Amino acid sequence: MTETKKNPLAALIDVTKAWLTRGKTPYIFIAIYVALATVLVYLSPRSVPAFLMLLSSALFLYYLPTSFKFKIAVGLILALVVMPVIGVRNIFYLEVIFQISVFAALALGLNIVVGFAGLLNLGYVAFYAVGAYLWAFFGSQQIYLLNEIPGTAPTGTPFFLPASSFYLFLFLGMGVAALVGFLLGLPVLRVRGDYLAIVTLGFGEVIRVLANNLDKPLNLTNGPQGITPIQRPPLPAGLLVTLRSIMTPVVGRSVTDNEFYNLFFYILALLIIVMVIVVVNRLDDSKIGRAWMAVREDELAAAAMGVPVVKTKLLAFIIGASFAGVMGVLFAASRTFVSPESFNFMQSIGVLTMVILGGLGSIPGVIVGAAVVVVLNLQVLQGLSLWLSALRQSDAVIPIINFAWKNLSNQLDPAKYQRLLFGVILILMMIYRQTGLIPAERRKRAAEIIEIENDIKNNGNGHPADASPAGEV
Amino acid sequence: MTLLDVKGLTKRFGGLTAVDHMDFTLDEGCMYSIIGPNGSGKTTFFNSLTGIYKPEEGEVHFNGHSLIGLRPDQVTSLNVARTFQNIRLFGSMTVLENIIVGMHHHLAQNTFTALLRTKAFKDEEETSRRRAVELMSFVGLRGVGDELAQNLPYGGQRRVEIARALASNPKLLLLDEPTAGMNPQETVDAIALFRRIRDELGITIILIEHDMKVVMEISERISVMDYGKKIAEGLPAEIRADSRVIEAYLGRGAAAEMNH
Repeated sequence: MTETKKNPLAALIDVTKAWLTRGKTPYIFIAIYVALATVLVYLSPRSVPAFLMLLSSALFLYYLPTSFKFKIAVGLILALVVMPVIGVRNIFYLEVIFQISVFAALALGLNIVVGFAGLLNLGYVAFYAVGAYLWAFFGSQQIYLLNEIPGTAPTGTPFFLPASSFYLFLFLGMGVAALVGFLLGLPVLRVRGDYLAIVTLGFGEVIRVLANNLDKPLNLTNGPQGITPIQRPPLPAGLLVTLRSIMTPVVGRSVTDNEFYNLFFYILALLIIVMVIVVVNRLDDSKIGRAWMAVREDELAAAAMGVPVVKTKLLAFIIGASFAGVMGVLFAASRTFVSPESFNFMQSIGVLTMVILGGLGSIPGVIVGAAVVVVLNLQVLQGLSLWLSALRQSDAVIPIINFAWKNLSNQLDPAKYQRLLFGVILILMMIYRQTGLIPAERRKRAAEIIEIENDIKNNGNGHPADASPAGEV
Repeated sequence: MTLLDVKGLTKRFGGLTAVDHMDFTLDEGCMYSIIGPNGSGKTTFFNSLTGIYKPEEGEVHFNGHSLIGLRPDQVTSLNVARTFQNIRLFGSMTVLENIIVGMHHHLAQNTFTALLRTKAFKDEEETSRRRAVELMSFVGLRGVGDELAQNLPYGGQRRVEIARALASNPKLLLLDEPTAGMNPQETVDAIALFRRIRDELGITIILIEHDMKVVMEISERISVMDYGKKIAEGLPAEIRADSRVIEAYLGRGAAAEMNH
């Protein structure tokens, strides 16, 4: 262990940490922090800092030492009471949270492939596209338009399946994406490293190009125009009435059906993300998770220890793909529209950026990475854009150089610099913090190990031969 | 009883024959050493046995199974384990996890039991952790179960590698230069450990070793390889006196000088 030099900032952080983790302080701190953030967002529904404060309360909740019950309770209040209310007051926030959930699930899936198993997949969004197009095809009128030219759908075409089959398709999307992952993985996983990255990149593009061009001879995808409308699952009418009567006084006006749909998809995304986190966590701490990491660390040694390398990699591919498949179905339904443009290379890179920014192999890290990238994209960049365009329309002049904002080129719109932003994030992370914002940590079992060690000491030096393993041959 | 029977094993890399018609039999419970100058094909021989390389010719029978054409993990599941010349641990996993990876093919759990956290799964995880700690204590490691493998000192990493190999419950253990880079005291401890592995666990050991003191002290039989061929085999005393061995190590001129 190397002794790191303390700078004043680190010392300050240490002092704050010591204060925050003592006794009842974390409970009080979180309660005040959450309450303050809620009030701020409620009072000024357009303030980005207030919203960020609310988002960051989730981090404090996760890290500060409070009881499990307290964490769950505050988490539920935040997710099911606070967010819906402020989300309906400013629907944009709900959209932000929804996108964070969708991308966090995607990033967690990609994290299995890249972070755990060490397989660089640059075409991950293709599996997302598979899920999205699956529901887009069966959940719209597309099946009756196979022989129509895109854009000439006759009016009054019925939907093929009832909207409620959406729930079934969540599972089908998972299965079909997993199958595609399996079929792709079978040949592809025999190549390694850079070659794998290139092959998966190609696969991602193939899926997008297919979506773009499968409007003839049979019109499967409606080509570049995309498929719309795609059905949303029906909301139970009884529940709607109750919810509306509860929410109207809180929000201060009547809540529309569309807003309820946004709420519904937000809750659904949250549910899925909770399930995804449980799945990833449990896999991580099991034979298969250890095998993934062993293959990542040293493929040859892993094989020599009895880990079937190809099968292990294939499983990572399949499980990663299945997450993307579910999210694809959800995405198609929530947008009621899919087009090939939603699944371009930039999306794959975006998800990869989240994984690398958050920390390869780190579950909390990847979620934070997704949150940061989505907030940067949707709020910070767009906020800057709005600010610049406001300046451009005013008569303001930059002092000293005497430059009128009016003359500023349209090319300098920050919203157009998403790619630049991803690039800068990746470069900075590689130089200064390869392990990400929240580096991956292995599970510690100190207490259990000491207990077993003492046990061994007391009962003579237990021979490993005595304790036969579970599956003795 | 013959545990390992190798006949005419040949591995070529392009024009170079790295292992040339190697014949080799090994009795159960033996402590066997393979020596030879650098580049004589010892490690290639190990790699050909364990499925890392696919040999061009020859047969390998272990405990009634042919090992030819099997993948490394299949060879391991037939109870052959190995360590590597340059330590190959899973650096960013804990020592405990490294050892549990060695148990991979013994664990009955699968993706579904892991997701559902069944009782069988939890019990198996607990048993495997217990066994890993026992293996750690067997190889002389204490209190490092939570450390990342890469943070251990060199000698400790060697021990973890041996514990990881033992975790796969081998009948045959292949050790590739296990004392390379150790100081004299560490070497003495290592020799004691190898003896205990053989005597207490009943595991047959093949050792590739450069340190002649270790080889002569510990081996019951020795094979000498040079240019991919086995040039001599016998008891330590016979090998020490064999002129072909001295030639291989020191060159013909030096060997001749020693005889005169």
